[in-house]
Amino acid sequence: MIYFLQQTLNALQLGSIYALIALGYTMVYGILLMINFAHGDLFMVGAFLAFALATFLGWSFVPTLLAAMIALAVLGVVIERLAYKPLRHAPKMSAVITALGVGIFLEHLMLAFNPYPRHMPELMPVHIWTFGQFSISSLQVLIIGLSVSLMVVLDWVVMKTKLGLAMRAISWNIKIVPLMGVPVNRVISATFAMGAALGAAAGTLYSMAYPVIDPYMGVMVGWKAFIAAVIGGIGNIRGAVLGGFILAGVEIGVAAVLPTTFRDFISFGLLLILLVVRPHGLLGKPRVEKI
Amino acid sequence: MNMRWTIGVGLLAGFGLCWAIPHYEWLDPYVQLVLMYLGINIILTASLNLVNGYMGEFSVGHAGFMAVGAYVASILTVLVFPEEGSAYYFPLAIMGGGLGAAATGLIVSIPSFRARGDYLAIVTLAFNMIVKSVLENLEVVGGPRGFMGMEQLTTLPWVYVWVVITIWILRNLVYSKYGRGMAAIREDEIVCDLCGVHTRRVKISAFLVSAFFAGVAGGLYAHLLQFINPRMFDILKSTEVLIMLYLGGMASLGGSMIGATIYTVVMEVLRAQGGFRMVLMPLLLIFLMLFRPRGIFGLKEFSWLIPWRDLLLMRQLRTRKEVPRASAEG
Repeated sequence: MIYFLQQTLNALQLGSIYALIALGYTMVYGILLMINFAHGDLFMVGAFLAFALATFLGWSFVPTLLAAMIALAVLGVVIERLAYKPLRHAPKMSAVITALGVGIFLEHLMLAFNPYPRHMPELMPVHIWTFGQFSISSLQVLIIGLSVSLMVVLDWVVMKTKLGLAMRAISWNIKIVPLMGVPVNRVISATFAMGAALGAAAGTLYSMAYPVIDPYMGVMVGWKAFIAAVIGGIGNIRGAVLGGFILAGVEIGVAAVLPTTFRDFISFGLLLILLVVRPHGLLGKPRVEKI
Repeated sequence: MNMRWTIGVGLLAGFGLCWAIPHYEWLDPYVQLVLMYLGINIILTASLNLVNGYMGEFSVGHAGFMAVGAYVASILTVLVFPEEGSAYYFPLAIMGGGLGAAATGLIVSIPSFRARGDYLAIVTLAFNMIVKSVLENLEVVGGPRGFMGMEQLTTLPWVYVWVVITIWILRNLVYSKYGRGMAAIREDEIVCDLCGVHTRRVKISAFLVSAFFAGVAGGLYAHLLQFINPRMFDILKSTEVLIMLYLGGMASLGGSMIGATIYTVVMEVLRAQGGFRMVLMPLLLIFLMLFRPRGIFGLKEFSWLIPWRDLLLMRQLRTRKEVPRASAEG
């Protein structure tokens, strides 16, 4: 029982990080119908930025997190403007391939500057509270609490503000909405900025929880987060959060019972079965196709 | 008819050249090695083009099929076939690898009936990761340490022969009834279903053939390196094939050849740049996509890759003459 609770806590921690990254995928997909394959690498850049700020400037947790989020938001917008915007009317696949290219570029640029795995310094003292055999660290509380509050804020932005209204409108129909006076380019940039900032937050939190970072860390975590977004139904914000927690739950569950090498096998197998049964994810709605 | 002779003579001359280069050592071994990689890359790219370019799906797990082919072929040569005369069993092993990969292609094609577009991309991605994960857990084939013991059976003439077979079969398939069905699925699956195209059968055949040749490429790759491990066939390898495909252009076998050639050569030239090689390569790709979103040779084709019947038809359409029925169907 205690073991189960402990693993649940681990799953919540991993799941909140997956969910934060999955949100970035799902927001961009919801608006542009484009898979931003560079997002996992933005997460990696966020982690390295946090590492650099904490190590070389000796900043503490809050300024590091904020600076990483702001810097990544800017980077996200720059990438969108330079690489994706000119391709908005090109065939869909060229934008996806460009995104793959941007991802590989970021990975190897980082690798060229910093070929070694790095160890993240402790950004804040960690307390561990113990209740009998059950223990919970302040880091876990911070990661889960901060992620959940970021998700709540995001949900509020998308559902209650004018910007969120514009985002939902664009995702509904990108051709008509500009005629209503919605500044499409600005809204799309804002979407990228928000997604990238969430990715940076995820990167910072991830590197605090699993403190060895390397330039390829974004690949696997990024794909997993993408899978989480698809499980929930890509384009659906609440679905991404749900998918993140489900994927993490399955992974931790499998790792707790079977050898860890089976983890990917089981979790991807479940994904395949889910997609055969529900091809549009758990919360996604099938798009009606007209002829 | 004249062109048929030209192509035949050209193919024979190419084979002679590929036989003579290693035999008389006209090129140094490094260049020969690059040429063999180039051939393998062409097979990979052209076979992926069948699903991604001609059928318009987005398969991102091509390295998974390649892995199955590589492992099956290696197991056949090392564990099943007798030691002596292994060179004679080599084509059989490669065929076996291709068939093994085709069997997995059949499994992947089943979810493609319902899941489409990005969801199918996830299916293929998950397939790639499952293959890698299974191979890592199979101790019989060495698990994560990899599998070795193959002789270097892949030679330049063999690569050449397989490239020719691949391109020839793909060309005939693409211009057949099935190929037209694939193009119809790409343009609009629902309409094409309503028009009476058996979409399931077409999809199965596309995945089977595509996976078969990916398996062939995997078998050749394994017998060239003489060592394989599951990590070689991860998502990065699939990405590499995707880049070659989109660099060359979709729905064009000539484009696949051009894309694979440019990618392979540029990667070898950039080898001198060390760590910045993989920084410059994606930059080139991004610039290419910005200025030529359809790839270098997208939706175009060398005339010698088009069956002369179709070529005739296209010329007549271009000059706006009425198309005589007999020659269109003949």
